[in-house]
Amino acid sequence: MTGDTALNQDERIKEEPLIARLMKRPELGAIAGVVLVTIFFLFTADSSMFTLSGFMNFMSPAAQLGILAIGAAMLMIGGEFDLSIGSMVAFAGMIFGAFTVNLGLPLIVAIPMTLVAAACMGAVNGQIVIRTGLPSFIVTLAFLFILRGISLVGLKWLTGGATQLRGVRDAVEGDFLAPVFSGEAFSGLFAWFASLGLIETFKNGMPKVAGIPIEILWFVGLALVATYVLLRTPWGNWVFAAGGDANAASNSGVPVRKVKVALFMFTASCAALLAIVQVLDAGSTDARRGFMKEFEGIIAAVIGGCLLTGGYGSAIGAFFGAIIFGMVVIGLTYTNIDQDWFQVFLGAMLLLAVMFNNVVRKRVTGER
Amino acid sequence: MSEPIIHMDNIEKHFGNVIALAGVSFDVYPGECHCLLGDNGAGKSTFIKTMSGVHKPSKGFIRMNGKEVNFASPREAMEAGIATVFQDLAMIPLMSVSRNFFMGREPTKGRGLFKRYDHVAANTITMKHMREMGINLRSADQAVGTLSGGERQTVAIARAVYFGAKVLILDEPTSALGVRQTANVLATIDKVRAQGVGVVFISHNVRHALAVGDRFTVLNRGRTLGTAERGKITAEELQDLMAGGQELAELEGSLGGTV
Ligand SMILES: Nc1ncnc2c1ncn2[C@@H]1O[C@H](COP(=O)(O)OP(=O)(O)OP(=O)(O)O)[C@@H](O)[C@H]1O
Ligand SMILES: [Mg+2]
Repeated sequence: MTGDTALNQDERIKEEPLIARLMKRPELGAIAGVVLVTIFFLFTADSSMFTLSGFMNFMSPAAQLGILAIGAAMLMIGGEFDLSIGSMVAFAGMIFGAFTVNLGLPLIVAIPMTLVAAACMGAVNGQIVIRTGLPSFIVTLAFLFILRGISLVGLKWLTGGATQLRGVRDAVEGDFLAPVFSGEAFSGLFAWFASLGLIETFKNGMPKVAGIPIEILWFVGLALVATYVLLRTPWGNWVFAAGGDANAASNSGVPVRKVKVALFMFTASCAALLAIVQVLDAGSTDARRGFMKEFEGIIAAVIGGCLLTGGYGSAIGAFFGAIIFGMVVIGLTYTNIDQDWFQVFLGAMLLLAVMFNNVVRKRVTGER
Repeated sequence: MSEPIIHMDNIEKHFGNVIALAGVSFDVYPGECHCLLGDNGAGKSTFIKTMSGVHKPSKGFIRMNGKEVNFASPREAMEAGIATVFQDLAMIPLMSVSRNFFMGREPTKGRGLFKRYDHVAANTITMKHMREMGINLRSADQAVGTLSGGERQTVAIARAVYFGAKVLILDEPTSALGVRQTANVLATIDKVRAQGVGVVFISHNVRHALAVGDRFTVLNRGRTLGTAERGKITAEELQDLMAGGQELAELEGSLGGTV
């Protein structure tokens, strides 16, 4: 092997410093963002934001958004958008409500069927995009309205006039799968920590944080699986290739159509997963669920380093992008800053991220 | 002679009202280098794209080892043992050299759910094959976008040679290459041919074609002008055929015989 390395040494190549190598990672911007936002709130927010309960407070919305953002990021790396994921949350929520409340199905049937229904809608999106060659932006914009409309009409039809379907909690009462998709995990562990005095408790000895909200575990799990698939499997290679240049990828033997349709299905399933978690949590489903979330999801993905043109980005980046979101939305309530600054922040972050990504892309490709 | 590996029978290809190929027949025998020559827009790329599964012919048949085949995708053609260096190279600039090298045919290790992309194998094989082609990469992890045009072309060629089990198609592979790399590519063609692979070599450079070709087919405006065997045609005759004879003679005169 030593002979090999000697051969590979080329006098025209400088040793690349660690910083320069890190600068080429897509998720760098998002991690830097998390650090900056943390520093900002350390100075401006009430110190309770950085206690365990404060942490769970901002991680919970971050996780909910993150589940969408990771799907959106995968799809963006594959070179497509899905603007219908917000409406998909409402649509899947309605389907899930109908399965559990109206049909009285157990979760072991209702959850897979909801995911399949969403994946089918994703496949429809994907097939239309691929067969017509139209930009996914336009096709999924149409589905943004179609799915929202179906959710409204469908809910009214199911409930006899209301746009909200209640009674999910009663319907799934005692279902063995419910704890996997709702409530808090590791509550026993947290109670034990509380009894040892390791974490804060209420007066009655109950821990202030009953456990880890289940969506956080899904969020972390999804980020890990997505990262593994992207970086360590042939499939991941195909996703990058399909997004980088669909024509070149296809000519090299990548089944681009299959990859893209599968990504649309995955993204829709992520939206359905979020819908299931939210509906079980709230005990009801509403036609307004997921409103505007498609934009937040895509913005989190972009903050996470995804290029709008596809072929570059990371799931870990989207993970941190979503955390930035959660920290700012919730963090502002710990400060005396007007919360409506959030929107300004959102736009500014997006702009910054896009400009930053552009620089990183040039560094990676060595463009001059 | 033995049977051709691939036989293209009267291939036509229409793009809307554009007739890119108006009935081209062509075959490749194992262990031969069949050169396809012709001016810009003659239809060479279109023709080899029907061979490699990118385009479906509007009319005509493709037979491999006597059996008719219909490639629905480039992937199917590859699985049948046809590897192609496309004129546009089919590389993704944002991806690393080794990931480009193995794009669509990634080496894996592990089984079942744990089957994963084998980074180390991909990098080692890529470095080795690039070195054999006379290019020392600094790392197989560098993005293809950072390579020079010729280096990129070499990656595409090395990749096709590595995967070209039965037929290797090279669409103007030497257009951006330096002297040493061109010589390497021509030597590589010679080497794979000796292993019994059929090579289709597209070039504008008659000298390159004559250096390795066994047969020469000239394409003009979507039709074949005929096929000549090695030794039965001179560089000048080929040159004239490619450009449509007469005009080139005139041009050559005005340029002082330098073309
Ligand atoms: N997808 C397409 N749609 C319409 N016309 C096309 C398409 N592809 C090729 N053509 C036309 O077919 C003809 C042949 O093109 P082709 O690329 O095969 O030429 P070529 O012989 O490879 O030329 P060059 O030497 O410049 O590479 C050209 O006139 C081109 O405009
Ligand atoms: Mg061409």
